[in-house]
Amino acid sequence: MNAIIPSEHKIRFRFVGRGTGITAAVLMIASIMLPWAYTGAALDDVSYWASPSPLQIYFAILAGLLLVLLAVPLVGKERLGKYAKLVAWNSAAKVAAVTSTVMAAVALISIALELGGLINVMIGAWLALGGAVLSIIATRYLPDSPEPRLEDVASPRWLQILAVAVIMAAGLFAAATALGYDDAGSFLTFAAFLAGVILVLKSFGFFDWLSIAGAANNRVLVLSAFAVAFAFPFTQNGSDANMSIASQVLIFAATALGLNIVVGLVGLLDLGYIAFLGAGAFTAAILSESAYSTVNWHPPFIVTVLISGTVAATLGLIIGAPTLRVSGDYLAIVTLAFGEIFRITMINLDGNDGPNLTHGSNGIPAIPDLNFLGFDFGVSHVILGVDIGRFANYYWLMLILLAIIIVVFTNLNHSRIGRGWVAIREDELAAEAMGVNTFLLKLLAFAGGAFLAGLAGAVKAHHDVSVTPDQYIFLESAFLLSAVVLGGMGTVLGVLIGATILKLLPEKLRFFSDYRLLAFGLLMVIMMRFRPEGIIADRRRALEFHDKNEELAEEVEEELITHHAHLNPDPKGFEL
Amino acid sequence: MLEVKNLEVAYGRVNAVKGISFTVDKGQIVSLLGANGAGKSTTLRTISGLLKPIAGEIWFEGERIDGIGAHKIVERGIAQSPEGRRLFRNMSVEDNLKLGAFSRKDLSGVKSDMERVYDLFPVLSERRTEAAGLFSGGEQQMLAIGRAMMSRPKLLMLDEPSMGLSPIMTQTIMDTIRGLQSEGVTILLVEQNAQAALSLAHKGYVLEVGQIMFSDTGAALLGDDRVRRAYLGAD
Repeated sequence: MNAIIPSEHKIRFRFVGRGTGITAAVLMIASIMLPWAYTGAALDDVSYWASPSPLQIYFAILAGLLLVLLAVPLVGKERLGKYAKLVAWNSAAKVAAVTSTVMAAVALISIALELGGLINVMIGAWLALGGAVLSIIATRYLPDSPEPRLEDVASPRWLQILAVAVIMAAGLFAAATALGYDDAGSFLTFAAFLAGVILVLKSFGFFDWLSIAGAANNRVLVLSAFAVAFAFPFTQNGSDANMSIASQVLIFAATALGLNIVVGLVGLLDLGYIAFLGAGAFTAAILSESAYSTVNWHPPFIVTVLISGTVAATLGLIIGAPTLRVSGDYLAIVTLAFGEIFRITMINLDGNDGPNLTHGSNGIPAIPDLNFLGFDFGVSHVILGVDIGRFANYYWLMLILLAIIIVVFTNLNHSRIGRGWVAIREDELAAEAMGVNTFLLKLLAFAGGAFLAGLAGAVKAHHDVSVTPDQYIFLESAFLLSAVVLGGMGTVLGVLIGATILKLLPEKLRFFSDYRLLAFGLLMVIMMRFRPEGIIADRRRALEFHDKNEELAEEVEEELITHHAHLNPDPKGFEL
Repeated sequence: MLEVKNLEVAYGRVNAVKGISFTVDKGQIVSLLGANGAGKSTTLRTISGLLKPIAGEIWFEGERIDGIGAHKIVERGIAQSPEGRRLFRNMSVEDNLKLGAFSRKDLSGVKSDMERVYDLFPVLSERRTEAAGLFSGGEQQMLAIGRAMMSRPKLLMLDEPSMGLSPIMTQTIMDTIRGLQSEGVTILLVEQNAQAALSLAHKGYVLEVGQIMFSDTGAALLGDDRVRRAYLGAD
């Protein structure tokens, strides 16, 4: 698109472009005062005059961002000072135009689908979409911004902490709101809004600055993230449905973090990872006080959870010891087979084909709620006037477990062992030549990851009430792997985001469930084409995937050498 | 210090090394010369435990070390800078050096050795947080040597350190090797650049298709007609 418009046009029409863009943004904001739909059944009731619904207000916020981005540069370079150069006003405006078009289009399509035809779409929605499209055309006539370097702006510490806190609160609000939408149209429109705001802030340079601010205040960041996650149940007012989704997300995320050690750090492809979650779940179910439990020993949960982890880790050792000596492709096949063997074994341990341990495909139902130091997880409480239900209890338990797993993961990643793991991923032979005991470290990763999955499995057994073999099919392993790859291999934040997306979307887009796999396939293909390092890039990984950066760096380096030689005619050796 | 006796190594059915014997004495620079496919790198990889020999013995400081596992050989004091450098390209200089010291437990010693490498190669010191893959060929070779030095080896094996480097940079690297030797490190140097290697080496072995053809002191080999004809481009 950029190439279509010659640069001399961009210069000649830049005021026209900016003016038209501002007009379009004003039109978009005005559109929320008009009705978007004929009746109130679509979205969150957008059928009123001069009484915008929340979703319409979100649209106005996105359009307002566009308006600000277009209008502020009008005050002139002199008055903007360093902010004229260090942030990308024009690039961000272009992104705002595109994303608000997407949001308007999603809203319009949702209205049409939910009410049965375009006839139900009213003037306001058309004005919103038309204004947005106009803004895309207008912003194309703006010159490109330089790369944003907002991180170069020195900012006081209180501002950094405030920004971190505001972002956390916004995240909590966004999560609560997103979960609150029950119909797919509203959910998707809101998701488009969120994606829009994130992309606009990103192209503006905000997240570069935020990551610097976050790194400088790491403790504040981590504590506030945990506080926000902890506060989440209070926004749900006793909604069991949403808390169930949230606790499932956490179980999934904990398992994915275990897989992240194996895949993300060591670079071993494991296609049967769900078996370790299953091993933990079955162990906990068998040791629980369920009437269908097949073992007559029911230790307290703190013991059970450790046994579950140990059983999973032992399975990891058993499968790893013979296979980790062979190269990656074989390991993928063996783990794929192992996942299936685990599931079929659980079906066969039914008393007919083997000892009765699992009741075969019926599994173990009626697992009682956890009772931990006298605290019954099945009982609702009213805390601060908010109803905290059964799933919220499990959510908090998983949150604590996840926090422990994250601490273990990050400490391992930055330890000597973690360095050895990453060295194996990068070049196993070189790692071996450096004295890294590659076999032992790979085995350790395999068993350690399995242990974490086993812990999550133990909680899952009580959370789900019943454990059956068909919960642990290959597809679940594939989803776990997708969460790691989509979010960003080797990172904690990326995997948390990936797990949330992969668990949340199917729940909210149930009408789409027939095409779920198709959509994930497309998503993965698109990701691999445009952002192979995942949503959050591991610093080392990003280099791996973008060789162009290296070429660029070499070019820059050569330029620097020339430049240096020019300034310093008598260079000593090759020092830069 | 290092003694290799009748070493034979095979890739599948192809014998790459067909019964070679040589010795490296303490404090010396010993060079293995030969064309591509002569078995030089295979020999080094076998000494460092990455390959297992099918016959023969390797003795280091009076102990037999063939087949004991690569990480144990590093712990005994043999370090290798592999052919083609094989740095961890996406890791920082600092992490590469730390990996070189993977077998060591004395953290303070590692730290002081790291400073020593930075003193030796100031280029690395200035860019210690940058990814190794972003460095030029010569700088990468410096890092590869520095990384191998981090295990504080008694015997340092360098596999074609001059590969792909400019003549000036080759000279810099060779000077560094001589400097390491004068500090007491024993060096086993594999090279195709016979001129550069022999001018350093106390002793040289010439390999052809997996066998040692002849050996002599470095200076003598530099003057030897067969070597001059085959490797130094003289008529």
